[in-house]
Amino acid sequence: MTNRKGAVITAVTLALLGLGYGASFIAAEAAAPRVKVIKVSARRFVYSPSNLTLKKGVPVELELTSSDVLMGFNLPDFNVRSDIIPGKVARVRFVPDKAGKFIFLCDIFCGSGHEQMQGTLTVVD
Amino acid sequence: MAKAIDRRQFLRLAGLGGVGVVLGSALPGVARAHDNDDFFFLQLSDTHWGFQGPPNPDAKGTLKKAIRSVNSLRQKPDFIMFTGDLTHTTDDPVERRRRMAEFKQIVGELEAKTVRFMPGEHDASLDNGKAFQEFFGPTHYTFDHKDVHFIVLDNVSDPRALIGDEQLAWLAADLEKQAADAPIVVFTHRPLFDLAPQWDWATRDGARAIELLLPHKNVTVFYGHIHQENHHMTGHIAHHSAKGLMFALPAPGSQPNRTPVPWDPAHPYQGLGFRDVEADLDEARYTITEYPVVRA
Repeated sequence: MTNRKGAVITAVTLALLGLGYGASFIAAEAAAPRVKVIKVSARRFVYSPSNLTLKKGVPVELELTSSDVLMGFNLPDFNVRSDIIPGKVARVRFVPDKAGKFIFLCDIFCGSGHEQMQGTLTVVD
Repeated sequence: MAKAIDRRQFLRLAGLGGVGVVLGSALPGVARAHDNDDFFFLQLSDTHWGFQGPPNPDAKGTLKKAIRSVNSLRQKPDFIMFTGDLTHTTDDPVERRRRMAEFKQIVGELEAKTVRFMPGEHDASLDNGKAFQEFFGPTHYTFDHKDVHFIVLDNVSDPRALIGDEQLAWLAADLEKQAADAPIVVFTHRPLFDLAPQWDWATRDGARAIELLLPHKNVTVFYGHIHQENHHMTGHIAHHSAKGLMFALPAPGSQPNRTPVPWDPAHPYQGLGFRDVEADLDEARYTITEYPVVRA
């Protein structure tokens, strides 16, 4: 009987702690900057858009698609890269933590114009 | 009559000697004196046969001029190595083969016992090396010459700039057979290290190849791709890129885009050329001498 009572008290305490943790987690999530989602499409031999502007510290998710052949998306300065398979959406998330202009490029040889396939990411303070 | 000096003496007198790689300038007509096991080979790279455009108004003549320069060398090399981008890329498989056939015919004029080839991404990345293999054979292989073990690594037939698990396993198995102090020369097209990833001047799994090579004490890498000289160390491994024979490219990361260096009519063929590499096995040293397209 004593054991059962103790178990109930423990369960209630844990539940209350859990609620508290959950509440604080929700509060923290609400305070964090929302992820900015940007669609980038690729086709031989251009990205659209080819110029991206992001705010420093704001997390971003790029939704990458290719309308023709296998492409790459490589943003070396942020260690971000992905294959872009035609018919599928590739998603990469990162936080631009430094301001400046950075090159992103196709790093999968995709044809005669491959070497010109790149874009510019501008990160502003 | 002036006393003749051999090139090695000249380099030593010039204070350029020492263990490692000596970088010399071209000394036309200077004879070389060989020890028994010493030898030299030529590295030609990035001929981009089929390219047309303002960066080289003599696109059809540059390679032929370089071949005449090679053939005019007083001593013949033990072999000649082409480190990729023999042809300029095209989306048309028929045209790709036409360019390879023309290239093969033109370099047939080289006066050398042995001419070896490897692909660049322009030759091989659009068909996984199929056309290249039809004309030039395997894309990765090894050979031995006078106690030096040569390894030709293919980091272009996979369009993702990967050497790949299978070839890396092949490399590991080959290296296991080599003594730890064996002289090893590696030829690649792309740099094995991250020279300028923003310009695609890297090999995605190149670090794995370097990791396999590092236990060997005497490894030197010669590569192409970047159309200019560059000298870099990863640990004790030296990496030397070669000039091209079609258009020059800017220094790594020196500008936003890797656009070719404009042709300078006042200095035609500037930035282009080929090199000879003299192996001095006694001193564990390679002497690199750069030659212009047209020799005086």
